[in-house]
Amino acid sequence: MSIDKATVQKIATLARIKVTDADLDYYAPQLANIIGWAEQLQEVKTDNVEPLLSVSEIACRLCPDVVNDGGNADAVLSNAPESVEGFFVVSKIIE
Amino acid sequence: MTNNLISLTITEALDGLKNKKFSATELTKAHIDQMNACDHLNAFITKTPDMAIKLAVESDARIAKGDMRALEGIPFAMKDLYCTKGVTTTAASQILKNFVPTYESTVSQKLLDAGTISVGKANLDEFAMGGSNTNSSFGPVENPWKSTKSPDKRLVSGGSSGGSAVAVAAGMALGSTGTDTGGSTRQPASFCGIVGVKPTYGRCSRWGIIAFASSLDQAGVFSKNVEDSALLLKTISGFDPKDSTSAQKDVPDFSALLKHDIKGLRVGIPKEYRVDGMPQEIIDVWDKGTKLLKDAGAEIVDISLPHTKYAVPTYYIIAPSEASSNLARYDGVRYGVRVEGKDLQETYDLTRAAGFGAEVKRRIMIGTYCLSSGYYDAYYTQAQKVRRLIANDFKSAFEKCDVILTPTAPSSAFAIGENDDDPIKMYLGDVFTIPASLAGLPGISVPGGLDSEGLPLGLQIIGKAWDEVTMFRTAFALEQAVAFKNVPTLLKKA
Repeated sequence: MSIDKATVQKIATLARIKVTDADLDYYAPQLANIIGWAEQLQEVKTDNVEPLLSVSEIACRLCPDVVNDGGNADAVLSNAPESVEGFFVVSKIIE
Repeated sequence: MTNNLISLTITEALDGLKNKKFSATELTKAHIDQMNACDHLNAFITKTPDMAIKLAVESDARIAKGDMRALEGIPFAMKDLYCTKGVTTTAASQILKNFVPTYESTVSQKLLDAGTISVGKANLDEFAMGGSNTNSSFGPVENPWKSTKSPDKRLVSGGSSGGSAVAVAAGMALGSTGTDTGGSTRQPASFCGIVGVKPTYGRCSRWGIIAFASSLDQAGVFSKNVEDSALLLKTISGFDPKDSTSAQKDVPDFSALLKHDIKGLRVGIPKEYRVDGMPQEIIDVWDKGTKLLKDAGAEIVDISLPHTKYAVPTYYIIAPSEASSNLARYDGVRYGVRVEGKDLQETYDLTRAAGFGAEVKRRIMIGTYCLSSGYYDAYYTQAQKVRRLIANDFKSAFEKCDVILTPTAPSSAFAIGENDDDPIKMYLGDVFTIPASLAGLPGISVPGGLDSEGLPLGLQIIGKAWDEVTMFRTAFALEQAVAFKNVPTLLKKA
């Protein structure tokens, strides 16, 4: 399960981060090191151990099915890099 | 006068304001002056002196009417991870450098409602990822303490809440907020010679705090002493329907038992925290702290937390996995910086490449790898299982003791730039704070003494879940016994 440059390229694509060849040279050994170091967790016996998803021992709450917010289009759009007539603008995605 | 005002504690300042020894405006101006005099420390990303003065005038009007709130007129620093309405909130990232929230985080709103006066947004490691504050895209924060052996070296503040810690240590604010995911409040408190608290997971609302690793993130506070921290934590705690992990529990008066003695209190000393290569002077400070608590009447109990050595690697699977998911929202579409590409896919790729720094990219990629098809069970699920074993270790230990005493960090502040090329070495700086974070337990760092270079070393007290009262009571007893009266090098010259 060692991490080489091709693996880093694949991870970066999944993570939507553009990487250059220089980036691959920089990150590949670092990520290989970090993941290699974390491999020590494999030696811990965890048969019959339930994964701990959250330390919070709180049951999920249900909230009333009512509108309690909204009508804030201007606020929602106020930080948009580009917006027109109440919409976020992105480049064309469907030909 | 100015020098006197910035050396006060919150409790002393409230007393002075109430008795009209000085005004909130004078108090605030003194801290703003100090903030401006300390620009070289780079503790703030955004300063808000005009807003602060306006609030101070309002505080003075309230004080004149005898209508003081719990923290009326207290100059404060807000970690730049808390969304503040109308004030740029960056998370120390280029991707959010222009982000102006249209809402206020629950914790910062509570502090405003209590009468605090924010002088600015404090610097941090980008998205709170780091233990040195050298991962900020706005530059590192410098520690106001200097090594007596190498006085020319610029030392790190610790992190990720480095700016918040330095703001308090150097007299730019009387209190501040941090956040703590794996030690980000406790560790900088140790490096800067002040008090830093992380409460039980769920004690404070995370709403409006920019998310890093949601199962671990908690709000935290810094102050000059334990009494002030108890007061600050009381203000920011409590149930919030906007955070599904916020607990519906009453908030006790954390100060209630502060001055109560600790006779018969059982203090656990975990043998696994005596790690290989730990400097002798840290062991000495820990031993001294143990003896002081014993002399104060506590019963010292040897305990074992057998999975301690797996805590840091567990954290570095879980936190990056959660981060890779949380940070997926930064796509350049709805807010933040956008770098246009030839299509939307390339816009995402270029935006995130330009917007995130190296450590953030490292963690997103580690997380993406651990969550990817074929590796999920081997890494992420296994880490969650080990996390349960770590939490169970604490449960067993707390059958034998009431609190646990450990060092806060395995070193004092190191030089800016040192360790930057060695991520694992940097990660191990949180070896004593991460286990309690994984278990969701409260922890506090209190100054324990100075090392041979004259730099502060903190001691950590870990409490049972929801028992911050006993944690504060022990911390207060330790603080009284240590009687740490040292001030940062910077303030000695002043």
